[in-house]
Amino acid sequence: MPLPRVDKGTALGVGVTVLWLSLLVLIPLGAVAWRAGENGMGDFWDAVTTPEAAAAIKLTVAASAVVAIVNVVMGTLIAWVLVRDDFPGKGFVDAMIDLPFALPTIVAGLVLLAIYGANSPLGIELAYTQAGVVVALLFVTLPFVVRTVQPVLQELDKEMEEAAASLGASNFAIFRRVVLPNLIPAIFAGTALAFARAISEFGATVLISGNLPFKTQVAAVHIFGQIETDNTTGAAAVATVLLFIALLVLLALDLLQRWVARRA
Amino acid sequence: MSLSRSRKLVGLFLALVTVAACGGSGEDTKSANAGNGAPALPGAQLGLVAYSTPQEAYDKITDAFSATSEGSKITFTKSYGASGEQSRAVESGLAADYVAFSLEPDMTRLVKKDLVAPEWNANPYKGMVTDSVVVFVTRKGNPKNIKTWADLTKPGVEVVTPNPFTSGGARWNVMAGFGQAVNAGGGSEQAGVDYLKSLFRNVSVQDDSARKSLQTFTSGKGDVLLAYENEAIFAQQKNQPIDYVVPESTILIENPAAVTRTTKSPAQAEAFLKYLYEPAAQKIFAENGYRPVVPGVTGPYKFPTPSGLFKIDDFGGWTAVSKKFFDPAGSIMADIQRGNGISVG
Repeated sequence: MPLPRVDKGTALGVGVTVLWLSLLVLIPLGAVAWRAGENGMGDFWDAVTTPEAAAAIKLTVAASAVVAIVNVVMGTLIAWVLVRDDFPGKGFVDAMIDLPFALPTIVAGLVLLAIYGANSPLGIELAYTQAGVVVALLFVTLPFVVRTVQPVLQELDKEMEEAAASLGASNFAIFRRVVLPNLIPAIFAGTALAFARAISEFGATVLISGNLPFKTQVAAVHIFGQIETDNTTGAAAVATVLLFIALLVLLALDLLQRWVARRA
Repeated sequence: MSLSRSRKLVGLFLALVTVAACGGSGEDTKSANAGNGAPALPGAQLGLVAYSTPQEAYDKITDAFSATSEGSKITFTKSYGASGEQSRAVESGLAADYVAFSLEPDMTRLVKKDLVAPEWNANPYKGMVTDSVVVFVTRKGNPKNIKTWADLTKPGVEVVTPNPFTSGGARWNVMAGFGQAVNAGGGSEQAGVDYLKSLFRNVSVQDDSARKSLQTFTSGKGDVLLAYENEAIFAQQKNQPIDYVVPESTILIENPAAVTRTTKSPAQAEAFLKYLYEPAAQKIFAENGYRPVVPGVTGPYKFPTPSGLFKIDDFGGWTAVSKKFFDPAGSIMADIQRGNGISVG
């Protein structure tokens, strides 16, 4: 079978893309995985199954999953309100969404500690608990779903909804049958980003978690501890597990999204 | 009320961040220096790589050194960060002429890589430029009346200390608690291990660094913070409502410094290191809460000598201690964390 002909422009574009991704992503991540396996699979397995590492990975994945699910609901709702509703101060709210991106995460941690720590001015003490970890992750992942769903919602043809309404569909039926199928790819993409961000977060969680091994220590902080005790192989091993989990979740979400799209 | 309170808090740490960022520049220290009269060394730019807590002191000392006749043509680039991170950065190639760390293993790492001469600790001060001790930081007025190490393990007392696996500096706290119990128990090592077990049962937060622990404590968490005396003084200088107690029995903290072998300006770097032991430089350290290593230098703070002061060398030095206490794969502290962690759930 003859290979499809690639014109020169495409070849150049693909070449630049592959080179760029290799230098920035593939080679560094490959180096992490290579470092992790340096002393053989036995050592790799030992490093990721120490009680501390296992507890940290479990907490991180569970908290990130909770955060991803909350983001699906809240992110979509916020995007909806920002696109479909009019209210005073809308521009301000819209601008506020991106602030968690701009704030250095360690400052985010400081702010959250002041608001939800001991002597909380709001009377809500979440610091040094697993709930505190979830709140910190919610803070840094807020923009993802909102910012992926918002443009799709803006582009959505209102005539489809009007047509459905004229045929007697209820509001809920319109949302479920017309609007939601169009939003699903964006929601899934945003959720995947939020999850991947959450499992690797360090700065925002390190202060509010209190870094208690077995209780609130997240994987990124555990990795930091491994580096600090001169165990870089162990650090790379736990990092590789995180990468693998992220890859699995991204793939699973992609498959799920295709499946939902086909059924809708 | 709650809103204004929260605003005040937000303002407070913004102020703290600003203070930390500005690093106390602009204060005139030139007058503190009498000038050593030596002829000016040829111009050079020295790279200073140090851990973060003595930043204010170093900023003033480098200014003072540049004001001497000997250092008049010497300028500095400065890098501050967590001690372990700075040491690893130099190990992997960060250019440095002068390095200062919070504990010796960070220097040993560079000796192993031949970046620092093995005889770096051959001077009369064994390579240490500042000392400190482990103290108890309490709320203003010490409402829980914490005086002794035994008070820390009482039920209902919440202790804050950084995690010894993420913070090299936190290992001083662990060794202080261990050592005092060993000494009180007539030299029994088991007494030390038992003490650490009950101490860590009362530890409610284990931040990843000493400075974050201080942040956690000043934000209202815990009854007592295990910290270095210089950090307690730093917090008081920043008007935090805290007091501190120097326990009768505690460990002497020693902070190493050295000139690297890779320096392109060895004469200038050595001159700077030598200057650090002069009374003018030692006085600046003392003003920033560090105990001077040179006898006879005084500052604005009283540095009481505890009757039961001991050293890391009493337990075989850092190389032996790191392996025995802080190996994450299996050590005294790893076992204690696991034991407590599993029982806490």
